[in-house]
Amino acid sequence: MAEYEINARGLQCPGPIVQLFNQSKKAQAGDIIKIEVTDQGFKKDVQAWCKKTGCDLVDLKEENNVIYATIKKN
Amino acid sequence: MGLSNKKTIIMFSGELDKAMAGFIIANGAAAMGDDVTMFFTFWGLNILRKPENVPVKKSFLEGMFGWMMPRGAVKLGLSKMNFGGMGAVMMKKIMNDKRVNTLPELIESAKALGVKFIACTMSMDVMGIREEELMDGLEFAGVATYLGEADEAGVNLFI
Repeated sequence: MAEYEINARGLQCPGPIVQLFNQSKKAQAGDIIKIEVTDQGFKKDVQAWCKKTGCDLVDLKEENNVIYATIKKN
Repeated sequence: MGLSNKKTIIMFSGELDKAMAGFIIANGAAAMGDDVTMFFTFWGLNILRKPENVPVKKSFLEGMFGWMMPRGAVKLGLSKMNFGGMGAVMMKKIMNDKRVNTLPELIESAKALGVKFIACTMSMDVMGIREEELMDGLEFAGVATYLGEADEAGVNLFI
């Protein structure tokens, strides 16, 4: 299982989900993608994205206005 | 599951703000794994124009039209508070400061994500816009093609 990290800080919508999508295309089932985002809409967006693409949102937290999401590709 | 994985967007307007809204949705939908088709008609065709002057044969009226309309994504004005182009300049500065993708970047990103661009041949004819004047990678078709795509789509927007 590979693990990928994306720094999407500073990117505005739809930058973070585009980056997430591009990474998930390269990933295999079971791989983990960690992404850091400062766009506050991402908290909701990442949930909608995971639901739509069938990925698991393993973890979602926020520290100092940075959103950290951990996603598992299925 | 019965849910369509396709979205169609009609790009009718040739203003920066509206074009950005359309392309942000297109990029977002493509990033959700959807097939996206954008159908460019009337003023929306100006978004696709090459920035340089492409020498093509036109009638006098077609030439006037082509001269008066914005040539490409960089030249578009705002739909509100444009103030002869100053509004668009200010908006671009604000967006740049806040690191919002520019319209040309959004167009490139949409292309890279596989969004399909269809230019309406009827409005190209009316406005005197030739294929050579538009960016590469387009399909050229009419309303039936658009409707065929829209029938399969779960979301259809007119912008």
